[in-house]
Amino acid sequence: MNDLLAWLGEPVVQQLPILLVILPMITAPLCVLVRHRRFAWAIATAVTWCTFVLALALLELVLETGTLSYAVGGWPPPWGIELRVEPVNAWVLFIVSGVSAVVLTAAPRSFNQEVPHGRHYLAYGTFLLCMTGLLGMASAGDAFNVFVFLEISSLSAYALVALGRSRRALTSAFRYLMMGTTGGTFILLGVGLLYAATGTLNLHDLSQRLVGLEDSRTVLVALACIVVGTTIKLALLPLGAWLPNAYTFAPSVVTAFLAATATKVAYYVLVRFVYRVFGTEVAFERLHLDDVLLPLALVSMFLGSVLAIYEPDVKRLLAYSSLAQIGYMVLGLALASSTGLTGGIVHLFNHALMKSGLFLVLACIALRVGGTRLDDFAGLGRCMPWTAGLFVVGGCSLIGVPLTVGFVSKWYLVRAALEQGRGLIAFLILVSSLLSLAYVWKVVETLYFRAGPSPRTIREAPLGLLLPAAFLIVATVYFGIFTEDTVGVAVHAAELLIEGPLPVDSATVVGASP
Amino acid sequence: MLTDVSPGLFNYWAVIVLMMTGLYVVMAKPNLVKKVLGLMLFQVSVIMLYITLGKVRGGTVPILIDDAPDAVYSNPLPHVLMLTAIVVGLATTALALALVVRIHEEYGTLEEDEIRDIENEVGQREDEASA
Repeated sequence: MNDLLAWLGEPVVQQLPILLVILPMITAPLCVLVRHRRFAWAIATAVTWCTFVLALALLELVLETGTLSYAVGGWPPPWGIELRVEPVNAWVLFIVSGVSAVVLTAAPRSFNQEVPHGRHYLAYGTFLLCMTGLLGMASAGDAFNVFVFLEISSLSAYALVALGRSRRALTSAFRYLMMGTTGGTFILLGVGLLYAATGTLNLHDLSQRLVGLEDSRTVLVALACIVVGTTIKLALLPLGAWLPNAYTFAPSVVTAFLAATATKVAYYVLVRFVYRVFGTEVAFERLHLDDVLLPLALVSMFLGSVLAIYEPDVKRLLAYSSLAQIGYMVLGLALASSTGLTGGIVHLFNHALMKSGLFLVLACIALRVGGTRLDDFAGLGRCMPWTAGLFVVGGCSLIGVPLTVGFVSKWYLVRAALEQGRGLIAFLILVSSLLSLAYVWKVVETLYFRAGPSPRTIREAPLGLLLPAAFLIVATVYFGIFTEDTVGVAVHAAELLIEGPLPVDSATVVGASP
Repeated sequence: MLTDVSPGLFNYWAVIVLMMTGLYVVMAKPNLVKKVLGLMLFQVSVIMLYITLGKVRGGTVPILIDDAPDAVYSNPLPHVLMLTAIVVGLATTALALALVVRIHEEYGTLEEDEIRDIENEVGQREDEASA
């Protein structure tokens, strides 16, 4: 793998952190300028795959040398803007760019049907901007830049949701905008209070200066504001009310992209603030965050699954299931142990893979059948064997069947609960898995055991859509069997995070100006 | 401390009043344009908070003055940050209003409850059609 770093060359390697953010950003206006549907798609896809390769190289580099610090514009932190890449966010960057690349490859077939042709080039541009924002959020080492990148990604996400075919996409996007902006402003408020208390915005510097301020009311309120803001963004119930409609009415491809990336990056930001900046003492011993997040996570797990069981539209069913899966991730955070956090972080990767895969499968079905209502699915197992098969595998992963990624994350969560002697929580995780069995089975039964209304002439989905979906679903099985990579990184990351704010800055500086 | 209403804390009280008014309007008003206004109010309150943080009493503009090495400067950083936040707020408002225009075109109303009624009605008709 060092070949990749060698092939890219030293100058590129030195600038890797910023390239990841800059590359999609400068391509976005390019897409808008060419104004041509296919051409814009070709540029956007090429660039997202390049970004993915760079993210892979960055991951290699970080695993080899440890935390990297990049000073934007050559101004050293804490005065300048810093990009800070650790093993955790290198993984987040890898996942976000990987899912973006795969989803964008699949985009044209589905967009052709769901979005007017004249707007495609705008959609690709907005997609790239959203990706820029997400990559920036994950790599920024500066609290204010986290906010700015969050707004870049959110604004483009609202626009993408509004592209949906139904007019209800507009009201969903409006609602998403209202809640999302409120969340973003809460984060801004929290950052402002932190700045008032410490006089710095750099995340690492903040963590140092917060030592000794544990009892300051300003600091506690700042943490509360940031937690409220990020939980809106990551869609923890009851603040995640925007999610079901936004996912249901957005174009299928956009849903696959957002479901895999937007909430995950918000989760990472929450983890980073709670563990890295404030530290477990402020978060759990002074503010008692776990007393709030733990019940909410459990409620999300159950309410999401129960709503999914009674839902007649499969796209919305998967959106409800996302709410439940977000509950698992937050549960891992709220358990406040390194095993729990490992479970949460592993689930971040895993859920990104399976949900983007499943939503792409839905895109295949929506393309051939014209809708995602459960009744439309009757007997599709015969007409679209591959698509239906992929749904079954993805569904198994959602339930947590062994040999799929879903099992790995639930294993760690159950272990974390048992380690702390919280048998009830472990039991509840298992019960909610049974609930997910119920809603996945409902779809599988319709696919295979319910006869379609008449002899159906539905063909298998086109390869351009089917292959990307298959790629993601196969990845869920691959990472479910060969767990060393994901779990290794997650364990390492969780241990680093549990340690709390680092006393010494051990980051390797890259990209220093000569 | 919390009941201190001395003039020195006036700005902070104003921030809190604006913020709560904004949040209330966002949550309670059924009209979409009013919701956008509430959101703007909420954002402006945070901008005011930052600006207040940067103000130093008796401070001057943050430009190095050669013959007054002891000059007190206001903190320029919050102002710079708020320039960005204002741009973000502007973009958000523009997008929100664009959505409002499109929603008005499609539904013919901007009242949240009327839109909900239309959506429910259409949903029922679709259910009947597919049954």
